[in-house]
Amino acid sequence: MAFKLPNQLRALYTATNYHHHHRILSPLAGASQSFVFSLRRLFADVPPLSDPSSAPPPLYPHSTKTSLAPSSLNQYELAKFAAIAETWWDSEGPFKPLHALNPTRLAFIRSTLCRHFRRDSYSAKPFEGLKFVDVGCGGGILSEPLARMGATVTGVDAVEKNIKIARLHAVWPFTNLSPIWIPQLQRLNIVAQQLLVEEQRTFDAVIALEVIEHVAEPAEFCKSLATLTVPGGATVISTINRSIRAYATAIIAAEYLLHWLPKGTHQWSSFLTPEELVLILQRASISVQEMAGFAYNPLTGRWSLSDDISVNFIAFGTKNSQ
Amino acid sequence: MNRLIRRKFGEVYRLKVPQRNFCANGAATNSAQPGYSQDSKIGHYDIAIVGGGMVGMAFACSLASMPLTKDLNVAIIDSNPALSSGVSIKKEEPPDPRVSTVTPATISIFKEIGAWKYIEQNRHAYFDKMQVWDYTGLGYTRYNARDANKEVLGCVVENRVLLSSLLSCLQSADFRKTIYPSRLLTLHRNSSSTKVDSHSSGLPLHGQGNLVKLDLIDGSSLHAKLVVGADGSKSRVRELAGIKTTGWNYSQNAIICTVEHAVENQCAWQRFLPAGPIALLPVGDNFSNIVWTMNPKEANDHKMMNGDEFIKDVNHALDYGFGPHPKSSMFGDGGIFSWLKADVTSASEFFEIPPKVIRLVSDRMMFPLSLMHANNYASKNIVLIGDSAHTVHPLAGQGVNLGFGDAFALSRVIAEGIAVGTDIGEVTMLKKFEVERKTANIAMMAILDGFQKAYSVDFGPLNILRAAAFHVAQHVSPLKRGIISYASGEQRLPLFS
Repeated sequence: MAFKLPNQLRALYTATNYHHHHRILSPLAGASQSFVFSLRRLFADVPPLSDPSSAPPPLYPHSTKTSLAPSSLNQYELAKFAAIAETWWDSEGPFKPLHALNPTRLAFIRSTLCRHFRRDSYSAKPFEGLKFVDVGCGGGILSEPLARMGATVTGVDAVEKNIKIARLHAVWPFTNLSPIWIPQLQRLNIVAQQLLVEEQRTFDAVIALEVIEHVAEPAEFCKSLATLTVPGGATVISTINRSIRAYATAIIAAEYLLHWLPKGTHQWSSFLTPEELVLILQRASISVQEMAGFAYNPLTGRWSLSDDISVNFIAFGTKNSQ
Repeated sequence: MNRLIRRKFGEVYRLKVPQRNFCANGAATNSAQPGYSQDSKIGHYDIAIVGGGMVGMAFACSLASMPLTKDLNVAIIDSNPALSSGVSIKKEEPPDPRVSTVTPATISIFKEIGAWKYIEQNRHAYFDKMQVWDYTGLGYTRYNARDANKEVLGCVVENRVLLSSLLSCLQSADFRKTIYPSRLLTLHRNSSSTKVDSHSSGLPLHGQGNLVKLDLIDGSSLHAKLVVGADGSKSRVRELAGIKTTGWNYSQNAIICTVEHAVENQCAWQRFLPAGPIALLPVGDNFSNIVWTMNPKEANDHKMMNGDEFIKDVNHALDYGFGPHPKSSMFGDGGIFSWLKADVTSASEFFEIPPKVIRLVSDRMMFPLSLMHANNYASKNIVLIGDSAHTVHPLAGQGVNLGFGDAFALSRVIAEGIAVGTDIGEVTMLKKFEVERKTANIAMMAILDGFQKAYSVDFGPLNILRAAAFHVAQHVSPLKRGIISYASGEQRLPLFS
């Protein structure tokens, strides 16, 4: 999620006074363990594609994984994006909370995948020789560390600018990182077919953090992920729970109390519970092996893994061998 | 201008710097990227350590000792020829006056990184007792390692022994290091990434490349993801990074030298005199080290006077000079403080007089005392450790221990970062180190500075207050244990144990 939040936060900065919101954002990010996640949700959600008439028009279509069409990326938004792009990789900048969270998600990925692939957990590059795909890679905040850990990483994202940033940032010293633009993540299954058929590519691990809640059909999405995964390979997914706590932080606080977003933009009902995620992954022949939640300590400003999956959670599964 | 000088140096010294070729090899895999071809002769490193002193070398050893960091490609920049040729220490020579008191915490980490065994092959002196008293004769404290269930209170080691042990440790490790026998001239951040920008979409990205270019005074250059400034209190890295400092001079000078006794000294002694403390530390065999703090004029006199007179003054200062011996039983049995002694082990230890000094066996060196603290330890791609980040009053010999603490903490933070694929120049990661060490360093600095201030005033009521403090420290065991633990390098303040 850390790698995606900027995507959505960008909207916040585009639409409103930068400093004003930055000031509000920081204390709140520290006040609630789920706030960062919630924020992402706030600015990420757009009406489902299937129901365009009843929903308000997407506020910041460029910022979502489910962009209606590339044409919605207008010049004005692109210019705004360029302005915020500079701070994407600034770990002391507006995205500081994200940079703080990233190591925690990577720690989960490292420990589960080292065990799964029987890699030495004391190695600096435990994933050497493994091929990963980072679905929804954003500016590459997750892809780059994975590449540093030795994996050959393909990053895919629906936002072209994200891919540009990821490419620019990763110029040196990466030889094992290649960001690819997929105009619409809805088409992931088609892209998956392309990658499979045209380039004969499958991946040892498919990682999609904070993406699934943006797609209209999570089950189809999971099938695409499964298609990309080699039998016996791993899948890592993180998202927000459809829980009362998530509802309280993401909708009540942010929409109704803080007015950061117009009421009703949030699609709480599109969140998945851990049980649902396990189920749809199972149907895609991925068995979930391990799950964890994220806890935020407001005193230290650090994130850690926890057993509490009531707000944000991350799951590791393996694709059944056929 | 700099570039001009650099070029000139480059031509003159090109042939004298064989390392240039080695470093290029080390980074061959990294420099193959397009856009960097013009730099292919310049070494690319993960870490450039500026300053190969005790702290810089301890940092390198610590990196070499951990599985996650041992594969890092490291450059060490220091003009000290000993780094290449080794330090030669003749055992029959008397100890060098430049010594450090290493704490049990430092010792255990030295053991962990595999450097302590080399120290044990050289001269070193453990001590398990310490006596602190002042010239007014009103109080004293004797610390014994047993009070805190420790075997030793510390170990006095010559700085050259520390350095050579760390060198041996590093040489025995399977570690990719390149030594640049030069000094730092300038730093350029992300110099090599500008070109990438120009043919891109024009986004004003900073951070790509994530490299710092270091130009050395001999004309050579190198690139590093992280520059570690371990270059002492006058740090060039700190200056170039624009990191400001806070601090003051004490208008005091310290005289250091090595002296000889007729018998072996096994205790650390410190007596507070009107102008400052005098410390007598065992350094092995029958030798001791003296650190005597005085006002600059006195210090100068004591440096210039002949050796015999100096020894006479030393013995005077450690015995009856300036005031009487404290009485061991001042608040003795039946007194108002006697209830405090319930579980005291060493409170009953009597005041002792330090062994007489019979001979001066080294030059006397003099240096001014100051306190300095860098406002930041870390910025993007740059981090300071040891004296470059903080210099303290040499009371209690904590300075180098703080530096070693920095070195080990930084290497651990880097290892944790590497575990999750972090860019090692990333400021978020470096700030983790800063937060951890600032707390520890400032606490120790405040305590030492407070001590210095408390003892730089010769004023009746204050003297009694100090004496009372000694008595409390002497007779309240939990406090005493706390003080010993803290002085031993445990990250815990005495009152909160």
